[in-house]
Amino acid sequence: MTDIANSTVPPVPPECKTTGVVTVPQPLITARGVNVFYGDKRALKDVSIDIANNQVLAMIGPSGCGKSTFLRCFNRMNDTIDGARVTGSLQLEGQDIYEKRQDVVQLRARIGMVFQKPNPFPKSIYDNVAYGPRIHGLAADRIELDEIVQTSLKRAGLWEEVKDRLAAPGTSLSGGQQQRLCIARTIAVNPEVILMDEPCSALDPIATARIEDLIDELRASYAIIIVTHSMQQAARVSQRTAYFHLGDLIEVGETDRIFTNPRHKLTEDYITGRFG
Amino acid sequence: MTHSVLLVALAVLVVIAFWVGKSRALSLAGGSSRNLHSLPGYYGLLTALWCAIPALIVMSVWSLGQDAILTHLVTTSMPTTLQLAQGSSHDLLLNEIRNVVAGNVPAELARPEVVTAAREYSRLRGIADLSLAALVLVVALFGLFVVRARLAPTLRARNAVERIVELLLLACSTIAVFVTLGIVLSVVYESLRFFHAVPVHEFLFGLDWSPQTAIRADQVGSSGAFGAVPLFLGTLMISGIAMLVAVPVGLFSAIYLAEYADRRLRSVIKPVLEVLAGIPTVVYGFFAALTVGPLLRGIGESVGLDVSSESALSAGLVMGIMIIPFISSLADDMISAVPQSLRDGAYALGATRSETIRQVVLLAALPGIVGGVLLAISRAIGETMIVVMAAGLSAKMTANPLEAVTTVTVQIVTLLTGDQEFDSPKTLAAFALGLVLFVVTLVLNVIALKVVRKYREQYE
Repeated sequence: MTDIANSTVPPVPPECKTTGVVTVPQPLITARGVNVFYGDKRALKDVSIDIANNQVLAMIGPSGCGKSTFLRCFNRMNDTIDGARVTGSLQLEGQDIYEKRQDVVQLRARIGMVFQKPNPFPKSIYDNVAYGPRIHGLAADRIELDEIVQTSLKRAGLWEEVKDRLAAPGTSLSGGQQQRLCIARTIAVNPEVILMDEPCSALDPIATARIEDLIDELRASYAIIIVTHSMQQAARVSQRTAYFHLGDLIEVGETDRIFTNPRHKLTEDYITGRFG
Repeated sequence: MTHSVLLVALAVLVVIAFWVGKSRALSLAGGSSRNLHSLPGYYGLLTALWCAIPALIVMSVWSLGQDAILTHLVTTSMPTTLQLAQGSSHDLLLNEIRNVVAGNVPAELARPEVVTAAREYSRLRGIADLSLAALVLVVALFGLFVVRARLAPTLRARNAVERIVELLLLACSTIAVFVTLGIVLSVVYESLRFFHAVPVHEFLFGLDWSPQTAIRADQVGSSGAFGAVPLFLGTLMISGIAMLVAVPVGLFSAIYLAEYADRRLRSVIKPVLEVLAGIPTVVYGFFAALTVGPLLRGIGESVGLDVSSESALSAGLVMGIMIIPFISSLADDMISAVPQSLRDGAYALGATRSETIRQVVLLAALPGIVGGVLLAISRAIGETMIVVMAAGLSAKMTANPLEAVTTVTVQIVTLLTGDQEFDSPKTLAAFALGLVLFVVTLVLNVIALKVVRKYREQYE
């Protein structure tokens, strides 16, 4: 589909306002007028959207559209990039994420993140999962820690495969297993939101299917925001979809509606494969 | 002189060969290089190479063998009375003859039979040089004409030239291997001679080191004890002090540079650290001997400690400073090689900067850092100049860093400098010490390189 697509991305019409409904009842996170600058370059333009609990929001769009940049705003991962600047308002349950007094350590304990490439630490499988609980002091003793590790690995669907070799290095697992280990590591801290930045782009189709099933199960307990390049994946795992284009949030809506009846011309062109 | 003239002549011939080959190939192809298998230059090169290489080989083989043959001829032509001389007196006689030939000794002062022999030698050498020149030029011309005769448009000149170039490169790389092998073998050979005089166990485990042996029987104080343990201890202590200085300072500065410093600061500090690595060790040596040593003694006196002005401490401290840039730049590379995704993973879990560095980044870089430290240790053990100038000569068994100690390298230097006879255990001991040093550093380097390589594979 993409090989017949036109690779030049059309410009956004001036005075672009997001099509569709950006708000949800009882939002967990509200973003209003968020801009991100890398030096002088404006990578994200006045994005407003609500994040609902127990729901998967998929963020799609052509490369360089700002979807990963926006994702990294939620847990302030942009802080680690030199020259990155965020303006606007991002609130987690009414609390400003970018407030001066905001403790980044606590924020990141509430908003976990899974990366594009599996990045297990050079530690054992057990220590990888136990790392978060340890630095946040979540377990009183070894028994409690064992329990957290076990439940996290079970919820990530990895327990049966690794229960006999918890002391083996995390890097000894296959790519798909490593990614599930990273998910287990994230949920071991018991966050409220899980951010996923193209979590399946480095995996084969079978491992991808397992991760997608897992995302669907995790939705019961967490709010999940997933950035993906695959429109099929967005359609399979998400309930809401946001379409980004050159730093603008073009359209938001129920996933079924976006893929069957896009209202904005750019969204329609993207999902029908005219560019991207 | 004749050799350089010959070389110039050969060079001219090679240039001619190039043009002959090139133009011959072109004319064979009817003036158009499209009919040739290779570019015309390759035909020229092939001709030139076949002109030069056999001639050069003949020349070097001849030069290697010439002296032995000439000497033999001169000896057999000498009066029988002189021929009877054997062994060292024979060598002496030959030396005398060579000196007369070279003009170091005026002919009037030499014995008449020596002068006769020298004349004979000069005459033979003149003949030899002439015939060498003739032979080399003939070989070169022969090569030129053989190749020229075989030139044809279908000749794969490019492939042939590249094959020759490959062989030349191979020859160069084997030179390094053979030289290393030769050095190792000579050290091993001399060490074996030493171990004939002094048993291995006495050398490796003996506690007493005083290598002065008597040259004459009536000399006193010439027991000659070759127990190297005091030297090993001294080396260990100084290297240990050096590593105590260099590892923390180097590692922490690497962490600062890689993780904390902004680009501007880094661009200042890193070059300065590298300048530290460029200071010659002899400069560090007199810094240790003239500045740090007296300073430590002064401090020691003021607190009532007896500090020798040549102490293990001053040598170790300065050696540590010398090694800092080595460790810091290696550790900096290793830390920078840790993928950003690992740091992101830790940050995303809510780890602080120092938690991320201590528990994730350093852990990932650890094998590489360990390898770097091992390399640094082997450098510290082999370091010579600083300890020669600042550590002293007394082979004492002491654990006190404020006293003067000596090291393996210092003893090698003192054993071999000055007028020495080269077959006494005293001088041969230097080779045995060198062998120990070589084995230890080799083992350390092999382990370090293995560790570093394993680490590199992990992230590539």
